[in-house]
Amino acid sequence: MLSMVVFLPLAVAAVLVLLPRLSDSAVRWIWIAACAADLILVVVLWLGYAPSESGFSHEVNRRWIPSVSSGYHIGVDGMSLPLVALTSGLFLACAIYSARETRRVRAFAALFLFLETVCLGLFVSLDLILFFVFFDLSIVGMYFVIAGWGHRDAARAALKFFLYTFLGSLALLLGFIGLYLAATPHTFDIVELSRQNPLAGKGLAGALILLALGVGLAIKTPTVPFHTWLPPAHTEAPAAGSAILAGVLLKMGTYGFVRIVMPTLPDTWRRYALVFVVVGVISVIYGALVALAQRDFKRMIAYTSVNHMGYVILAVGAAGLVASSAEQARHLAITGAVTQMVSHGLITGALFLLAGALYDRGGTYEMDSYSGLAAQAPRFAGLTAIAAFASLGLPGFSGFIAEFQIFTGSLGGAPVSTAVAFLGILITAALFLRALQQMFLGEHRSPNGAFRDVTAPEAASIVPLLVLAVLIGLFPRFLLDVIEPAARAVSAVVGR
Amino acid sequence: MELWSLVAAPLLVGTLLLVAGRRANRIAPFLGIGCGVVVAALAVASAIGRPSVNAPMLTGIPVSLAVDELSAVMVVTVAGVLLAVLIYSAGEFGADEPRARFFGLMLVFAGAMLVTVTATNLLVLLMAWEVMGATSYALIGFWWRDEHRVNSGNIAFLTTRTADLGLYLAAGAMLAGGAGGLALADLAQLLPGWRDAATAGIVVAALGKSAQLPFSFWLSRAMDGPSPVSALLHSATMVAAGAYLLLRIQPTGWAGVVVAWVGALTALLLGAVALVQRDLKQVLAASTCSQVGFMVLAAGTGGTTAGTGQLVAHAATKSLLFLCAGAWLAALGTKDLARLRGAARGDRVVGMSFAVGALALAGMPPLSIWITKDAVLSAALHESVPLYLTGLAAALVSAGYAGRVLMLTWSGAAPDGKTLSWQHKAPLPFLAAGAALLGFEWLSGAVWWELVLSGSVAVAGIAVTTAVVRRQDALAGRGRVLNRWLGLEFVAQRWVARPVFGLARLLARFDDRMIAGRVDRGAAAAVGLSGVLARFDDRVVDGGVRATAAIGSTVARMSEVRVEFSLERLVRAVTDGVRRLGRLARRPQTGQLHHYYAQAVVILVVLTALLIVTGLR
Repeated sequence: MLSMVVFLPLAVAAVLVLLPRLSDSAVRWIWIAACAADLILVVVLWLGYAPSESGFSHEVNRRWIPSVSSGYHIGVDGMSLPLVALTSGLFLACAIYSARETRRVRAFAALFLFLETVCLGLFVSLDLILFFVFFDLSIVGMYFVIAGWGHRDAARAALKFFLYTFLGSLALLLGFIGLYLAATPHTFDIVELSRQNPLAGKGLAGALILLALGVGLAIKTPTVPFHTWLPPAHTEAPAAGSAILAGVLLKMGTYGFVRIVMPTLPDTWRRYALVFVVVGVISVIYGALVALAQRDFKRMIAYTSVNHMGYVILAVGAAGLVASSAEQARHLAITGAVTQMVSHGLITGALFLLAGALYDRGGTYEMDSYSGLAAQAPRFAGLTAIAAFASLGLPGFSGFIAEFQIFTGSLGGAPVSTAVAFLGILITAALFLRALQQMFLGEHRSPNGAFRDVTAPEAASIVPLLVLAVLIGLFPRFLLDVIEPAARAVSAVVGR
Repeated sequence: MELWSLVAAPLLVGTLLLVAGRRANRIAPFLGIGCGVVVAALAVASAIGRPSVNAPMLTGIPVSLAVDELSAVMVVTVAGVLLAVLIYSAGEFGADEPRARFFGLMLVFAGAMLVTVTATNLLVLLMAWEVMGATSYALIGFWWRDEHRVNSGNIAFLTTRTADLGLYLAAGAMLAGGAGGLALADLAQLLPGWRDAATAGIVVAALGKSAQLPFSFWLSRAMDGPSPVSALLHSATMVAAGAYLLLRIQPTGWAGVVVAWVGALTALLLGAVALVQRDLKQVLAASTCSQVGFMVLAAGTGGTTAGTGQLVAHAATKSLLFLCAGAWLAALGTKDLARLRGAARGDRVVGMSFAVGALALAGMPPLSIWITKDAVLSAALHESVPLYLTGLAAALVSAGYAGRVLMLTWSGAAPDGKTLSWQHKAPLPFLAAGAALLGFEWLSGAVWWELVLSGSVAVAGIAVTTAVVRRQDALAGRGRVLNRWLGLEFVAQRWVARPVFGLARLLARFDDRMIAGRVDRGAAAAVGLSGVLARFDDRVVDGGVRATAAIGSTVARMSEVRVEFSLERLVRAVTDGVRRLGRLARRPQTGQLHHYYAQAVVILVVLTALLIVTGLR
C-alpha cells in the first residue's frame, strides 16, 4: 500500500514519457488525475493509520543491499504521515496550478511526478541509504525544474542550487557512513540505529558525525549561513517549482533532524543542542530582517522561509536543552516543529503560487511596480492577504499553532534565545503589511495595464491550501493526534 | 452551549460576510444587526447562567471559556455597545459601499473581544487578542485607497503586536513555571522567577492594547477608521481588553505599583493632551487613554470592582460621544472643533446626547463616571497618597477637556448640515441613558467626602475651561509636545522603526555581498584553482607524458628497422597507452562543474576511508 503511494506517480511519469503523441491537455489531465489518485490513497492511508508497537504503520522491510545491511525499509509514523499528506496535497495543487503551463508540458509533468515519488519516498524511508538516494534525486529533479522552466537567470541559479545542496548531501552521506560504522552490527537501518544508540559515550566521533549530519541538513533546511542558494533558486524557479522547493524540499532538512539525528544521536544532540538553538535564532532574526529589506516579492517570501525554518531548528534544539526538566515543554517543542513543517508547506506553497500569478500578469516580482491592485483584483488581493496573515503567525491559521507550541515549549529551556526569536513574528508582520500596502492598497498601478483577477485553476490550487491552514489553525486536533505520539517517542529518546 | 454560540455567532457570521464580499453588501446590515441582537440575548443568558466550556487543543493546553462575575459584566457591555454601533452603522454606509466587509470585520472584531473576556487560559486569550489586533488593522485602514489611513492601520497593528509579544513570553513562562494548562488563575502559584516574567509579559501586552504610556500614539492614528469603528474600538473592545486583562490578573507587588503609576500618569498626561487637540475625534481619543488610565490605576491598586465600573461607564459614554462625533461628521462634514461651534444646537437628539456624554466624561455628579472614577480614586488612596493626588489632578484635567468640547459645541449659532437618518440617531438616547445611570451600581461603599471632593473638582474643571474657551478657543493647539501626543509616534518612528529598517537594509546588502559573495568567490576560487591545476596538468604532467611518449618513439626509432615487427608494435602500444593515460589524467579538469563534483565525491570517499582507518571504536 505504502509502496503504491510512493511509486504511483513514478509509474504514471513513465507512462507519460513512453506514450507518444499525447496532446498537452491529455497530459495535464493525466497528471492531475495521478496526483489526485495519490492524494486519495494518502487519505485512505491516514484513515487506516494505526501504528504498531514499533510506532510505524504500513511498515515494509525487504532485503535490498544486504552486503551493507541496507534494506528497503519504509513505514509511516506521526512525523512522516503529515508530511506525506502535505507532499501529495501540494503536488496536486501544483498540477492544477500548472494547467496554464505551455512549455514542454509532457516533460514538465513527468518531472513533477518523478519528484513526487522522490519526496514521498524520502519521508517514508527508514533506511539511511534509501533516504540518501531520495535526498539526492530530489536535488537532481529540482535542478531540471529550475533550469528547464525558470526565468531570466535560471541556469545559473539552478547550478548554484545543485552544487550547494549536493555538497550538503555529501556531508550527509559522510555522517551516514559514520553512523553505519559505529553500529554493531553495522547497519543503515534508522529504527535499528536509534534502538542501538551506537554513539553513546563516544564524544569526538559522535560530535564529528553530528557535524556532518548537521551541516548536510542545515544546507537543505536552509539555516544561516548556508541559505544563500535559496533566494536565487526561488526567484528563478517557476511558481510550481518554488512551491515544491519551499513546501516540500526544505522539509527534508528539518525532517532529517527529527527522524535521523535526534533519535540516533540523543546524547550528542543534548550536548550540542545550544548550537542548534543559536543557529535557529539567528536564522529567525536574520531571515526576517533581510526579508524586510527586499523589494522583490518572491525573494522576500524566500527569506521568510529561512525565518520560518529557523523556528523549527530552535524548537528541536531547545528540546535537547529542556531534556532534563519539563516533559510537556519538550513535547510541545517537537510537536510544534513538525506542525511548523506542515504549516509552512501549506502557507508558503500558497504564497509562491500567488507570486507566480503576480508574475504572470505584471511580468515582474518588483513590489514597487504595483499599487492598488485590490481595486482590479479583489480576490487575488484577498487571497494574498490571507496567506500573508497566515504566514505572519496570526492565530486562526496553522502558523500560529506551530509557533505558539514552539515558543511555549522552548522558553523554559532557552529563555533568552526564545525571547529574541519572538521578534521574528513582529518583523514578519511588518514586512507583510508593507508588501500588502505596496502592492494592493493605495492608487491603482500595474505594469501591463489591466490586472486580471485569479483564474479558476489558480483558485482551485491556492484556496484548498489556505483552507487547510485555517482548519489546522482552528481545529488542530486531527493533526496533533497523529503527530503527538511520534513527538513523544522522539522526546523520550532525547530525554533518556 | 450558549457560551459556544455567543462567541461563534459573531465570528461565523462575520467570516461569512467577508467571504461573500460584494455580493452580500445588500443584506449585510440586516445580517449584522440580526447577529447583534442574537449576541446580546446570548450575552444576557450567559451572564445569568455563568456557563463554562472546554475543548482539547494542544498537549495539556485546552480551549477553555467561562463566564464569571467579571466576564459577565464584560460580555453584556460588549454586546450592548456592539448592537448600538451596528444600528448606527446601518445609517452610515450606503448600499454601494463595501458594507459586507465592514459588518463582517466589526462582527469578527467583537467576536474576538467576546472570546478575550471569557478566556480562562492564555492560549485562547492570546488567539483572540491577536485576531482582534489584526481586525483593528483592517478596520482602521478600511478606506484602503488612502495611504495615510493604511499607514495608521499598520502602526496600530505593529504597535499592539509589539506589546503582544509579552503574552507569548507569559505563555512560555507559565509553562516553565509549572502551570501546564496556562490557566490565568494559576498565575499566582508559579515559581517565583517565572511568575515575575509571566506577569511582566501580561502587563506589557495589556498596556499596549490599552494604549497606555508609552504606547498611546497608536490610538491617535486609529482615528483614521470610520466613526463606528472608533466608537467600538474605544469603548468596549480593544483598549478595554487591556484594562480588562489587568483587572483579571490583579497584579500585586512591583507589578501593582508599576501598573498603578502607569495608569495614573497616562490619565494625567493624556488628559492634558486631550485638552489642546483641535480635532474632536483626537480629543476623544486622548481622553480614552486618560479614562482607561483610571481603570489601569484601579487594577494596580486592587480596586477590581471600581475598575470594572469605570470600564462599563466609560464604554457607554465613549461609544456615545464617538457616535455623536460621527453623526456630526456625516451631517456637517467636519470634526474640526473650530467649525463644530454650535453643532449641538442643530439636531437636538445628537446635541442633547452629546451633552450628557460630555458631562459624564467630565465626572459631573450624579452621572456614571463621577461615581466609578471616585471609586477608583478611593482604591488608590488606600495604596498611596501621591497616587490619589495624581488621580485627582487627572480628574480635574478630564473635567477640563470635557467642559471645553461641551462649551464649543453649544456656543454660537447652529451650522447648516444634512439631515441624519433615524439609524444614526436611534442608539444615542439609549447610550446616553447608560452614560448617565450606569454608575449607581457602584455607589455602595463610597466615602461621602471623597465623592464631594471629586464632584467639586469636576465642576471646577468645567467652570474654568468653559470660561476660557467661551469667546475664543485659547486652548486649541497649545503646547507643541502636548498637541503632538507627547511626540511618542515621532520617537517610535525615529528610534525604533527607522533603525530596524536600516539594520534590515544593511543585513540585506551584507547577505548579497558577503555571504552569497563569499560562496560565489569560493566557487570561483575552486574553478580558478582547477584552472591552474589544468595548466599544470597540461604543461607538466601531460608534458611528462608526451616526453615519455617521445622517448618511447625515439627508442623505437633507434631500434633497428630490422628489429622484430612485434617489438615495434609493443613499443607503439606502450606509447599509445601512455598517451591515453595522459588524456585521462587531463579529463577531470574539464571546466565542467559536475566533473569537479565527481571528484569531490572521491575526496569524500577518501575521507571516509580515513575515518575507517582511524577507527571509530
